Amino acid sequence: MNPTTGEPADGSQQPVPTPGESLRHAPGPYFGDYGGRWMPESLIAAMDELNETFEAAKADPEFVAQVKDLNKNYSGRPSMLTEAKRFSEVAGGVRVFLKREDLNHTGSHKINNVLGQALLAKRMGKTRIIAETGAGQHGVASATAAALMGLECVVYMGAEDTRRQALNVARMQLLGATVIPVTAGSQTLKDAINEALRDWVANVENTHYLLGTAAGGHPFPAMVRYFHEVIGEEAREQILAQTGRLPDAVAACIGGGSNAIGIFHGFLDDNEVELYGFEAGGDGIDTPRHAATITLGQPGVLHGAKSYLMQDEDGQTIESHSISAGLDYPGVGPEHAYLADIKRVNYEPITDTEAMDAFSLLCRTEGIIPAIESSHALAGALKIAARKIAAGATPEETIIIVNLSGRGDKDVGTAAAWFNLLDADSTTEPKDAK
Amino acid sequence: MNIVSKSAAAIEAARAEGRPALICYLPAGFPDVQGTIDAAVAMAENGADIIEVGVPYSDPVMDGSVIQAATVQSLAQGFKVAQVFDIVKGITERCDATVMIMTYWNPVLRMGVDEFSRRLAEAGGAGLITPDLIPDEAAEWFEASDKYGLDRVFLVAPSSTEARMKATVEASRGFVYCVSVMGVTGARTEVSDAAASVVAAAHAAGATNACVGLGVSQRKHVEEIGAYSDGVIVGTALVAALRDGGVEAVGKLTAELSGRHVNA
Repeated sequence: MNPTTGEPADGSQQPVPTPGESLRHAPGPYFGDYGGRWMPESLIAAMDELNETFEAAKADPEFVAQVKDLNKNYSGRPSMLTEAKRFSEVAGGVRVFLKREDLNHTGSHKINNVLGQALLAKRMGKTRIIAETGAGQHGVASATAAALMGLECVVYMGAEDTRRQALNVARMQLLGATVIPVTAGSQTLKDAINEALRDWVANVENTHYLLGTAAGGHPFPAMVRYFHEVIGEEAREQILAQTGRLPDAVAACIGGGSNAIGIFHGFLDDNEVELYGFEAGGDGIDTPRHAATITLGQPGVLHGAKSYLMQDEDGQTIESHSISAGLDYPGVGPEHAYLADIKRVNYEPITDTEAMDAFSLLCRTEGIIPAIESSHALAGALKIAARKIAAGATPEETIIIVNLSGRGDKDVGTAAAWFNLLDADSTTEPKDAK
Repeated sequence: MNIVSKSAAAIEAARAEGRPALICYLPAGFPDVQGTIDAAVAMAENGADIIEVGVPYSDPVMDGSVIQAATVQSLAQGFKVAQVFDIVKGITERCDATVMIMTYWNPVLRMGVDEFSRRLAEAGGAGLITPDLIPDEAAEWFEASDKYGLDRVFLVAPSSTEARMKATVEASRGFVYCVSVMGVTGARTEVSDAAASVVAAAHAAGATNACVGLGVSQRKHVEEIGAYSDGVIVGTALVAALRDGGVEAVGKLTAELSGRHVNA
């Protein structure tokens, strides 16, 4: 997309929804021109089986009750909506509320999706799940669901990421999963997905690929969103109960886009609620080191879906960069590409520095250590607040919800290095973490 | 539409000689652009009926480690997608082999499906083999391949349902690529029994030409598979030969695979 005009970069006309038509529960396979199944024929039968199983499960009260029960009694849902009063003061006095996905079991929103998909794997009679992971949050969540449901679990993780997130590797191993470091390509999330897809092609008979983000071929984008819709539904109810009205804006970080699509979904049809997705701006979008896929990417196909993509003039995927392993992905879920084109959601980049400043601010004002991923949304909220105030909004009557998608325990090493908190003789080398 | 399929003609010519067509793969720009052309010509001179030139791609999910390593090297050396047309032209100018491009879809999409097709036809190429494009998503490619008279080879797999098999056979022109195993590219000692059933299903769905790929590396595979299929596709073994022994080794292995004497 052209960042100045907001027009699709290829000049194509995107379908615009009829006014009044709901954007919620878009079933796929297509979201406007995006989505679909750009993938090997070998996997199509498995995707069909998954789709049929998913559709039948959604309509089965027993499955819906199972998910609800796990969400409540295992994950700890509903997650709280916490007003961040001291953080709000720094944000010019607007009211910032945090949707506390960091308090879910395993420490992030990822658990919502893995429990649902692991149940589907059982329904399909699969005995083995494979997953990719960047920050390790989805890998930990997958290993957790596998342990809970007695499934074998193999997690593919970029070798670079296994170094950045060594504690999460150990966590997955403690939960009984096998972690396979991927040394191909840029050794990050996209390469972990490639390797997981290769495994899946070879083992599809007994294996379910538990994709962790709202990307991939149909039905993954619609299915992953379905399991995360609970975030937005809860947040909408909670903000109404706590403030008596809908928020002015909702902010989420976006890599593949699963936590964002989950919280946005609850507000998609509330046209007065502005929605913001904050991408990883890395060193800045005027440098080659970022992961601002929607801001600067071009439509293309990767990992099964057509969407915005960071690619060169030859269609080769460009390696992304972010201080946050979970946002370090050169693609984005297809529904986000569509929501960007129709301008229902605003997508903007946040640099590493802006994210780390917001990270530190939340630690010190609220006593909450956020994931660096989620810190992008916090930094974004500060920008939204400043803009609203500049435009004449009354701060105390302005409400912003931030999806605090994960907790920052896993990021302590990275943050300590970033803020120079480590002794010179420490065994952790700051440069490794950055 | 009256399009004469170049790859079907090559397979038909082999059939007239009572043998399966031999289809040989190598990645573009490996070991370098000239090396690809030389190796392809050596393949043609030693019994390859169809040459399949692969476009190196950053995210090759259907490829095993040998082909990945070769395409990574090609890209690291600065290979540009447009050079694949120089390679196709370089090969077709020097020999009679039918030349096809095997490519993941995003590089085609990026150049523009029409533009890619036009340039391929202009270079003398026969068509495309598309490992991650299924007919369901191929509307643009149908149009361009008809416009420029190119073959479109889709893949079918042991997991393909009867309905998908039928739709894919109907969508293909030239031949259908039967994936012999559920897995990625790579030489295997034995070719799976699944190959025979995939070919049988493709024939039952109306395919005249069903060729088998993935895991084929030896003359005995060619003989086994040739007994029930219309063509045999070899990739990884040839790439390994090119890597280890250069053009000469590729010629030698191709001759062995085709059951001929080496033509150096």
